[in-house]
Amino acid sequence: MVSTLRERAREVAAAVPDPELPMLTLADLGVLAEVDVAEADGAVTAWLTPTYSGCPAVAEMAADVARRLRAAGFADVRVRLRIDPPWSSDRISAEGRRKLAAAGIAPPHPGGLLQLAPTRRAVACPQCGSADTEELSRFGSTACKSLWRCRSCREPFDRIKEI
Amino acid sequence: MSDDHVYLSLTEAGPGPEGEARWAYGTGFADPLLGVDAAAPEGVDPADLAAYCLMLGDDALVLSQRLIQWITRAPELEEEVALANLGLDLLGQARRLLTRAGQLDGSGRGEDELAYWREESAYRNVRLVELENGDFAHCVVRLLLFATAREELYRRLADHADPVLSAVAALGVKELAYHREYASSWTVRLGDGTEESHRRMRAALDALWPWLEELFTPHEVELRLGVDPLPLREPVLASLERVLAEATLPLPAAPGRAYVNGRAGRHGVHTEAMGPLLAELQVVARAHPGATW
Repeated sequence: MVSTLRERAREVAAAVPDPELPMLTLADLGVLAEVDVAEADGAVTAWLTPTYSGCPAVAEMAADVARRLRAAGFADVRVRLRIDPPWSSDRISAEGRRKLAAAGIAPPHPGGLLQLAPTRRAVACPQCGSADTEELSRFGSTACKSLWRCRSCREPFDRIKEI
Repeated sequence: MSDDHVYLSLTEAGPGPEGEARWAYGTGFADPLLGVDAAAPEGVDPADLAAYCLMLGDDALVLSQRLIQWITRAPELEEEVALANLGLDLLGQARRLLTRAGQLDGSGRGEDELAYWREESAYRNVRLVELENGDFAHCVVRLLLFATAREELYRRLADHADPVLSAVAALGVKELAYHREYASSWTVRLGDGTEESHRRMRAALDALWPWLEELFTPHEVELRLGVDPLPLREPVLASLERVLAEATLPLPAAPGRAYVNGRAGRHGVHTEAMGPLLAELQVVARAHPGATW
């Protein structure tokens, strides 16, 4: 019974969209660390791992997870943080990477933050696929993104940074 | 449930994650360590660990305040966004470290109480981070000095016995690598740039270099905890030397800034820049005691 409930709670929490990258779910992004249902009283606890130290979206993520779980019939819901092990861009799932590219955001290279320079690998334009791209700024509209431009199709695009 | 209705979900009196109402995006998550185990690790004095978390947290908080003062003043929009991002990383680290300090010191103070209701002499940041912003060259040089030293420190703290300190360091070392690279590339661009940019970088280096030594000067708390910062000095200076050489800037030879009767930032002795900084940081909280945002 509990394992079925746990699966159901996990499904509900995993489907919550990220507030800043709504094409991804919290599970795609690797922010949802664990969901558990207590055997004694059926209370649900969801653990989230924030991306960057200062990610301002954590409050929204937590509120959204709690709301969705309550809407799904779980009466007693707690959202907790898990900061160890820290989030890494490697936690973005294959499905998440596909969704990012489809939405015009270049996904991060696997391998996390290995070396910032000088061995930087080419980044393909998510619009036209060209490898002739350049970084405009290492820092973008959110903590996890950098700003790029494609020299072929001239379109600017966001890219999720390795960390 | 007003799940998909933005206005209703924001004004809903609850239930938020812990039942609180929120009035704007990015607010209302009271505890940056919510649900994280608060016990102190075995064999570590909680008071010393609290004091150490306060030192590192205050460094991050005060520098983040200086960085956000660049908003609307940076040379280009991209730099403004970059400096805001750097400040946000540091603020996030500060929130966790201050919360940890409040958990360990037995006072029950949260991050807001520590940030907004301590007097200047209770702040434990090094003086480098509180100095006036100066021009963009000063901004770049301070970031270079601080980020190089803090990245080196976080690398060593990533396996610390305290789970919060080690988690802050393990994520922070990657964030600080981005900060260091940002500052390094601007150092090279400005140092090896025009006559004017080179002159300004030299002036900023000469002004800020004497404050670097404080980051390597051990406080008794650090010695008791086994986190003496002196061994950081050599690798940090070597790293700075490489960047400055590429930037055609000479390595300054100025000695470390004097202490006041053996006391400096880590003891609560600050420069005259600190008072106005804290006034700006604390004015809203003190004008409206008990307000939440």
